[in-house]
Amino acid sequence: MIDAKRRILLKGSLAAGAVGVAVGAGLLAPRAVLAAWPEAAFHATDIKAGLKALIGVEAGEAGGDITIKAPDIAENGAVVPVTVESTATGVKTIVIVAEGNQTPLIASFNLGEDAVPSVSTRIKMAKTANIQALVQTADKTYTATKEVKVTIGGCGG
Amino acid sequence: MAGNIKIRAKAEGGETSVKALMTHPMETGLRKDKKTGEIVPAHFITEVTCKWKDKVVLTALWSGGVSQNPYLAYKFKGGQAGDPVELTWVDNKGGTETATDKIA
Repeated sequence: MIDAKRRILLKGSLAAGAVGVAVGAGLLAPRAVLAAWPEAAFHATDIKAGLKALIGVEAGEAGGDITIKAPDIAENGAVVPVTVESTATGVKTIVIVAEGNQTPLIASFNLGEDAVPSVSTRIKMAKTANIQALVQTADKTYTATKEVKVTIGGCGG
Repeated sequence: MAGNIKIRAKAEGGETSVKALMTHPMETGLRKDKKTGEIVPAHFITEVTCKWKDKVVLTALWSGGVSQNPYLAYKFKGGQAGDPVELTWVDNKGGTETATDKIA
């Protein structure tokens, strides 16, 4: 009986230890990275909470002339090519969200003054879901979505 | 761990488009190893900084949701043939790599 409790206690402390190591590993990263990388946003499982942490708003409004280029059907969810473009002026940030993923926020692009609002990358998608693109200017946040059907999920294992 | 970065920059019609392909496992930290059943530790690029002549054009903040061996393409206004463009990534383990190219 006592032994069994000991096992449970050990297991508990081991799990806590693993979390501690993970945090420690993060802390070992260069300070500049830590300062800039919005950990809370990218670890959020709720889209609204994640966006709030990342760009200060929970959702965008329609508009902004956003174009999302992505396949209608992705055979391999591990590699889904996505291009987000906007013709809005003064775009500062572009955010890509895969609504069906465990941690839905994929990427945030901060545009310099010379940048054209057009970015392409490849993302992982766990299942068939909407890709949400948000475009933020100085005072507005716009959003658009596009559904991608995923045949084989990219976050499994 | 670190491979190499392929980067190509091309100026056309007053805009420069840059395409880059990085080599990185991009582990989310959520995936389990099929053989051992243990979680594969997170190892992904968190930040990519893209410069044109020492001026930052684009900063990408990424999660593990970007595919393995990430591809990034972006555009900026201006840019002459021969101008240097630079791309640097940093990952969650503090690893980093930089590549440069001249605009064609």
